[in-house]
Amino acid sequence: MNNLYIRLYGLYQYRDLLKQLVVRDVKLKYRRSILGYLWSVLNPLMTMMVLVIVFSNLFRFDIPNFPVYLITGSTLFGFMSEATTMAIASITGNAALLKKTYVPKYVFTLARVTSSLVNMLFSMTAIIIVVLITKVQITPYILLAPLVIVEVYLFSLGLGIFLAAASVFFRDLQYLWGIFITMWMYLTPIFYPITIIPEKYRFWYYWLNPMTGYVSQFRDIVLHGQMPDVYSVCAGFMIAFIALLVGAYTFYRSQDNFILYI
Amino acid sequence: MDNSKVVIEVQNATVRFNMACERICNLKEYFIKVLRRDLLFQEFLALKNIDLTIREGESWGFVGVNGSGKSTLLKLICGILKPYKGTVKTYGQIAPLIELGAGFDGELTARENIFLNGAVLGHSEKFMREHFDEIVDFAELHSFLDMPIKNYSSGMAARLGFSVATMVRPEILIVDEILAVGDYAFQQKCQKRMQEMLADGTTLLFVSHSIEEVKKLCNNAMWLSHGESLMTGTSNEVCDAYMNSQTK
Repeated sequence: MNNLYIRLYGLYQYRDLLKQLVVRDVKLKYRRSILGYLWSVLNPLMTMMVLVIVFSNLFRFDIPNFPVYLITGSTLFGFMSEATTMAIASITGNAALLKKTYVPKYVFTLARVTSSLVNMLFSMTAIIIVVLITKVQITPYILLAPLVIVEVYLFSLGLGIFLAAASVFFRDLQYLWGIFITMWMYLTPIFYPITIIPEKYRFWYYWLNPMTGYVSQFRDIVLHGQMPDVYSVCAGFMIAFIALLVGAYTFYRSQDNFILYI
Repeated sequence: MDNSKVVIEVQNATVRFNMACERICNLKEYFIKVLRRDLLFQEFLALKNIDLTIREGESWGFVGVNGSGKSTLLKLICGILKPYKGTVKTYGQIAPLIELGAGFDGELTARENIFLNGAVLGHSEKFMREHFDEIVDFAELHSFLDMPIKNYSSGMAARLGFSVATMVRPEILIVDEILAVGDYAFQQKCQKRMQEMLADGTTLLFVSHSIEEVKKLCNNAMWLSHGESLMTGTSNEVCDAYMNSQTK
């Protein structure tokens, strides 16, 4: 317990470093592009339009307000995907720095996941635009949206620090993860309704893929304007904390050996 | 004897590396090696049973040929490396100058990098804002502040790195052969600043191949060879012994 306190105090001491790293990532992302931060809004909007055109003409699913259904799912999944992909390279990519100065190593991973969060918050503007255009009924439940974002943030962070530590020893993970994320995306109800999954597999579909729960909760809040399933929210937080514990433990156990492999 | 506070205590420290040639970086290689049963790591001891006690205000020089473990010892003291055996204890704030500007991001401007590098060294943003002018004055880079660091020459980047790192008066200053870049005037300026710090009671750990500099800045010295400590003593004695062995 005392140890945990020391670690948290360490994080507090390096909070300015965390801030500087996040600011760097966000600043550099669109530096020297003409539209700049506007891309954070334009990108999800345009991707959504392409998918709406493809899926409302080629493959038809009977989903009311398909644009909002799509953009809520893809934004949330995109956040997890970006955060974990960036986190994987956070230790190996900062090798030069880690070899020359002493800095708590997890700060880099935390910074990457946090900058993905900031990017996603920019992209929220795109969701708001689509919600307003399609005249979705907004209810007070929208105030619960940060809860879902916190769940996904903690889950991505746990997954991210696990992957960052593992990829120091197995670099192949960086490439394998790209494939895995694509597979995961198709296993998550982003552009199809959950109802196309046969009833008998649905239990596993929910339990083996935490993203299904997160995406459904987010849609309940934004699209259907209703209270998300409390049971699902509790399970979501549990999974997020388990991911965080496993990730932190793996990272903590292996971090002293990083320097020998980077 | 000397009663001043011990600031660095290295006891029986050994650092082990796995040889780079046996480093496994990908799965394919790993499985092949497992199947062929030659997953034997060749051990390499970069430091062997080093004992070192440094008291407050002392200045130590480390000499030895390339690959003798000087930088490894400094990294061990900074906390970048952990000892495989033995213990390392340090008391006080350390400013490591292992490589100048290690925390610089080439895409960011000098102004942004000063804040980033300061944060890497553990300073708060407020503190950096207060000392910003001081840093820029020392580095003499006023007209290049809003230029990305990637366009800087190595000497210019080193100037900036040195200014950021030595802006505070750290209790322990660790300097690893960094002053080779930078023009003569700047080198003199850096030396002057280090001497000022020493006069103020900072403990200095210094690695250089310039024996003259070691003699000038340090009172004590350690001679390392193949990861072992061959000799410790006053810098004049150790440097002379080292030079004699080299010129034979």
